[in-house]
Amino acid sequence: MNERSETAPAEATPGEPQKTDAIIIGAGPVGLFAVFELGLLDIKAHLVDILDRPGGQCAELYPEKPIYDIPALPVCTGQELTDRLMEQIKPFDPVFHFNQMAEKLERLDDDSGWRLTTDAGTAIEAPVIVIAAGGGSFVPKRPPLPGIEEYEGTSVFYSVRKMEQFRGKRIVIAGGGDSALDWTVNLQPLAEHLTLVHRRDEFRAAPATVNEMRALVEAGKMELSIGQLAGLEGENGQLTAVRLKDKEGNESELPCDALLAFYGLTMKLGPVAEFGLNLEENLIPVDTEKFETSTPGIFAIGDINSYPGKLKLILSGFHEAALMAQEAFRIIYPDKKLRFQYTTSSSSLQKKLGVA
Amino acid sequence: MKLYVTDQNGTVHKIEGEDELQLMEAIRDADLPIKAECGGACACATCHVYVDPEFKAVVGEPDEDEQDMLDLAFELTENSRLSCQIVLGPQHEGLKVTLAPGSEID
Repeated sequence: MNERSETAPAEATPGEPQKTDAIIIGAGPVGLFAVFELGLLDIKAHLVDILDRPGGQCAELYPEKPIYDIPALPVCTGQELTDRLMEQIKPFDPVFHFNQMAEKLERLDDDSGWRLTTDAGTAIEAPVIVIAAGGGSFVPKRPPLPGIEEYEGTSVFYSVRKMEQFRGKRIVIAGGGDSALDWTVNLQPLAEHLTLVHRRDEFRAAPATVNEMRALVEAGKMELSIGQLAGLEGENGQLTAVRLKDKEGNESELPCDALLAFYGLTMKLGPVAEFGLNLEENLIPVDTEKFETSTPGIFAIGDINSYPGKLKLILSGFHEAALMAQEAFRIIYPDKKLRFQYTTSSSSLQKKLGVA
Repeated sequence: MKLYVTDQNGTVHKIEGEDELQLMEAIRDADLPIKAECGGACACATCHVYVDPEFKAVVGEPDEDEQDMLDLAFELTENSRLSCQIVLGPQHEGLKVTLAPGSEID
């Protein structure tokens, strides 16, 4: 799951409101292709995504799994599709805001468009918003332990921002993938005591890291416990122990100050639900001419929209992006004539693509 | 074929299965609450079910890929399977499964 694209897209830094033509929420395949369709019509775009790289579900869920229903690509993996889209949209220089969740959408005072603010404080303003958020934001899976919310951010964590905060602590890390094993190896020297908890004595993480972990266990520098999380002990947000259960269901208590749980990501609709749009079963209804929501200037394309006959296919999202771009053009350039052209024959389009 | 699915609230549903369908698809198409967010690609562990012990031998054991994905599920037991990795056939007539925690739709 840790495949990284070779492409290194431009990343913007937080600060003053940035201005652009269209803000695309979600950098999955449909959001990426929207950059292309908008770009052909001279519409610049910024993209916001909670992941640290482009590709959305294609990058996070199935980077190595084959996709067979992309027109003219008999087979390609999720990562290949992402890489190819990144190459295709390069001429349009999109600006990416990764590792950020689109949090707040407000109408600008002068009614000229929208201001989108992310959870990292980035503000972007544009006349057009394109929601291409798929199944929502990828957020860490939360173990179903009673009362866990109370500890989150103080002694239960799903990521590590500052390693120093774990110095001298008794740490429990749960999981068997790269995140769990990488943090085990990295935090062990700082920790007063570290226990890795995993349901089986096999790990899907990189073998080299697994070997490092096993060497630390061998040297008596940390412990490996085969079992599952069964409960939390503590009060006022401070853990004192986690309860574990083994294969036979026997419970034991492991004293600790912090729990780091790495069980992968899951999709939640998140703040998009607060944007003031109509929602039907967590989907955004749109028309099938422009793929616009009930709010003019806000579009929804890809898996997140709904309309009669909708199919959640990448190719449907591509089509939706093309039609959305037509209406976006009318909003952004109300006085310009929208001319329908083919990339095969239009020298103006070819110039934009850098091939003329 | 008939399948018996116990949902996350303990209600048993009798649903219809078809040869070559994933168990996950049969459950989803019966409008039972199953997240299955990767759509059946063995890439997310949100279609976790417990197979009734009497059907365990018929259903079989998870392969290595599925084991790796089960690492991302919670409350695992000896009977844990990802329902997208069970392809239905005549041997599954009367199969009983229970939807596990983490399979529910938010």
